[in-house]
Amino acid sequence: MSSQLIFYILSALSIVSALFVVFSRSPIYSVLSLIVCFFSIAGHYVMLNAQFLAIVHIIVYAGAIMVLMLFTVMLLNLNKSTEPHKTNLTKIMAIVSGGLLMLTLLASIKAEKLGVYKAPEVSDIGYVQNVGMKLFTDFLLPFEISSVLFVSAMIAAVVLAKKERN
Amino acid sequence: MDPLIFKIILVLVMFLVSLGIAAYSTYAERKVAAFLQDRIGPDRAGPFGLLQPIADGVKMFLKEEIIPNVSDKWLFILGPSMFMVTALMTSAIIPWGMPLEIGGTKFNLQVADINIGVLYIMGVLSLGVYGIMIGGWASNNKYALLGAIRASSQMISYELAMGMSIISILLISNGSLSLNAIVDGQKEWHWNILYQPVGFIIFIICAFAEANRTPFDLPESESELIGGYHTEYSSMKLGLFLFAEYINMFISSAMIASLYFGGYNFPGLEYLSTVLPNNVVSFISVGALFTKIFFFIFVFMWVRWTIPRFRYDQLMRLGWQVLLPLSIINMLVTGGILTIFN
Repeated sequence: MSSQLIFYILSALSIVSALFVVFSRSPIYSVLSLIVCFFSIAGHYVMLNAQFLAIVHIIVYAGAIMVLMLFTVMLLNLNKSTEPHKTNLTKIMAIVSGGLLMLTLLASIKAEKLGVYKAPEVSDIGYVQNVGMKLFTDFLLPFEISSVLFVSAMIAAVVLAKKERN
Repeated sequence: MDPLIFKIILVLVMFLVSLGIAAYSTYAERKVAAFLQDRIGPDRAGPFGLLQPIADGVKMFLKEEIIPNVSDKWLFILGPSMFMVTALMTSAIIPWGMPLEIGGTKFNLQVADINIGVLYIMGVLSLGVYGIMIGGWASNNKYALLGAIRASSQMISYELAMGMSIISILLISNGSLSLNAIVDGQKEWHWNILYQPVGFIIFIICAFAEANRTPFDLPESESELIGGYHTEYSSMKLGLFLFAEYINMFISSAMIASLYFGGYNFPGLEYLSTVLPNNVVSFISVGALFTKIFFFIFVFMWVRWTIPRFRYDQLMRLGWQVLLPLSIINMLVTGGILTIFN
């Protein structure tokens, strides 16, 4: 039963921190609670016996991407006094795009079968060796395509940075 | 004895050892600096100044605690605490010695033998930057913010080359990510330094940068940024920042020793384990590891008092244009040689 208790604690933590990301006034606190949220999700991965996924999740999201986010927020120094006034047009656009996202989410929830979800049998698929084998045999093509995608993003960033200077 | 109780005792012991070594590293740092500059160094508190760390600690605790009015109070407190916690977390996966035998059962001298050991280190390292960033930003001081930004960009840049040099280690040690297996694969004199000299140089440079030590101590370079990210800190919060840096140095030395210098292995350990009782060998192996660790802590200090600080653009160029390509080439060469000879 202790694993069930851990599951409830982790779930509560992820939901509360995710809500805090949205409702927090200060962007810094939003970013920090997003980090907490990532950690609780990594905890879920560990519960599913996927240690490798959990640690990669932490290294990539909490360790790299969120550091860059924090970077940006700190440099922009966003706070209440410098918060830009938003026009009605932006507000309407925000409502429309939010509504569209809501629609997509609702549609995908409806498409999913509701009811008791049974977690897959605890296996060792999350271990490094097994993930590596899967990636380089069954999912070789998607793996290579996504690396090409990353390279193109990197080249684009370099090109943009060079353009700025001239 | 219950394994859980043993683990708890081990955690407590490692906690105290980390703090003790960090405390005496401050003393050693002053003595090494004095030695390299032909001075005497601290010699007032106790014989040879051995009580100096205690005097320093008491001073830190008794100083006035100042939290700036314009700072974000919670984050200001969170910063140093996080830095300390992440510094202490790393020691969990380092194998400290041969297994101990108590009442017929063997206990590994390692808190957690997880199969992603090395990645865990990378994860905790990448979290270490948050303490500095949060502390530097919450101070609401431009020097502190500049220091924090320098620290984080430096850590992100050097993490890459460090990860690449670790991949080469994984290639030659049966592809296991567990530190226990990596140390176990370096029995007697088969230390990884003999197979990975280039990787070792890359790793130790990155370790200096990750620990924010000279020549890479730009985040707190006092000549341009006053004190960097801890400018606004006083009393024990400043103490935590400084202290955590010494713990990081201790853990980095332990990592260097485990990854490249055979951890607790040394030539003759196999022979000793056939003639001496198990627990004696276990303690000797712990002693061997700590000898290596102390040597690398000394190297950290030696470099600090010998080499001047880098300029920031030099630091970035070294990280991205020299170390990263070099580590990738090192990885490719290692992989190529392994494929040809296997």
